Amino acid sequence: MKFKSVFDIIGPVMIGPSSSHTAGAARIGRVARDLFGRQPEWAKVHLYGSFAETYKGHSTDVAIIGGLLDYDTFDERIKTSFEEAQKAGMSYEFIPETGHVDHPNTARIVIGDKDAEMSMMGISIGGGKIEITELNGFPLRLSGNHPAILVVHEDRSGCIANVANCLYKYDINIGHMEVSRKEKGRMALMVIEVDQNVDKEVMDELTELPNITQVTRIAD
Amino acid sequence: MEALFRNVRELVERAEKEQKLISEIMIEQEILMTNRSREDIMIQMDRNLTVMEEAVEKGLKGVHSVSGLTGGDAVLLQAYREKGNTLSGDLLLDAVSKAVATNEVNAAMGTICATPTAGSAGVVPGTLFAVKNKLNPTREQMIRYLFTAGAFGFVVANNASISGAAGGCQAEVGSAAGMASAAIIEMAGGTPQQSSEAFAITMKNMLGLVCDPVAGLVEVPCVKRNAMGAANAVVAADMALAGVTSRIPCDEVIGAMFEIGQSMPSALRETAKGGLAATPTGKWLESKIFGGAVVGSGQ
Repeated sequence: MKFKSVFDIIGPVMIGPSSSHTAGAARIGRVARDLFGRQPEWAKVHLYGSFAETYKGHSTDVAIIGGLLDYDTFDERIKTSFEEAQKAGMSYEFIPETGHVDHPNTARIVIGDKDAEMSMMGISIGGGKIEITELNGFPLRLSGNHPAILVVHEDRSGCIANVANCLYKYDINIGHMEVSRKEKGRMALMVIEVDQNVDKEVMDELTELPNITQVTRIAD
Repeated sequence: MEALFRNVRELVERAEKEQKLISEIMIEQEILMTNRSREDIMIQMDRNLTVMEEAVEKGLKGVHSVSGLTGGDAVLLQAYREKGNTLSGDLLLDAVSKAVATNEVNAAMGTICATPTAGSAGVVPGTLFAVKNKLNPTREQMIRYLFTAGAFGFVVANNASISGAAGGCQAEVGSAAGMASAAIIEMAGGTPQQSSEAFAITMKNMLGLVCDPVAGLVEVPCVKRNAMGAANAVVAADMALAGVTSRIPCDEVIGAMFEIGQSMPSALRETAKGGLAATPTGKWLESKIFGGAVVGSGQ
């Protein structure tokens, strides 16, 4: 079942006009910011399919910038997010693409600052629900409905067991987990959707584990 | 986690067997599926109800969208209604005007609660606040109205679709109207089976409705389709309360909606390439609004 909660049907509370093109877009932007871990200094947003065709009318662009500024779907500041972005010193650019993508409502967000750069692909699947399909070239599937932990690590044996053991110690249940790598023995990514929010203590312990490069959490 | 119901038949059977309201089954399922407390769930739905009230209030004062395509019709309808000379009746026109109010606020980038989507957000609150004046429900009964509507929407979303891009307007306003109709029945004291009949009768009359928004905006014809969705819901509820039943069971009507959506050409599924969007006036409006589209850039 794709829809699990009554609030997927009666909700979300949001700024109009479209649950998929506005609320979903804001959520995609906000997850990107969460994954980046801080306010980016610049953003390049590539829009595909229906997003590319109708983004202006649905304020998809304004909503994505709102998300990058950490606004929720119902935050009134979404409407003036372009001005707010300028105040926050974030430059942005929208690039409608003609290339083929699997889902009609797709956005690729590339954000960064002087220290780092990140690329993320998200899709808006209806009623404000979204999925994250790619991170820095890693294919993944992240619903954004549950708290999640993303672990960038060396592709070595024992990494996954260590992380799972640590979560077990804190009685954190794993709802969905995916592991991917670009090249054998190099960088790999674990995506772990869990049932409850994860404390800083757990995050710190995960970061201390051997061969772990970076740990990020996405709150519910 | 196993859901308490997967289709309307299971939902109605469980409500009848346990002598509970459909809203109660939905609340119990939410507790089960999300591990949240009843109080927490009721508070969240109460908040959603408040958002709906505020949106209607705002729309009845008069709002206009950036494109200028929609706005102000809720004000016209309420003024006409207040003269007391309506042909279709006070309650029906009240529901229609409040549905329009909500969608005009949505088109103007106001705050709304998606039910089940933003484009179809007017039907459930429009009917609720009109029926409220006749039935004088408690706050809790109004919150329950949303759970009953949600229970039917939950079945449609999981067994068919609530997305215009996937199934046309029948999946959005059609679903919203069916949900409203079923919820009216519970508030009016009807049985769970009558809710199912009302949903089926409503949805049967929304089958085939395409999604053809002019310029791709959630405005024309979306706002007026919410108006008619609300009217459809109220009339179907009265029919079910009178004892009229649907010859085709509710779940099969939902299945038919899904099948019809699957066979709908893409031009009629939220691409703004067919139907009203492709009329000479629809095209002219599109070029007027978006003539010379440019890539936005900050700083």
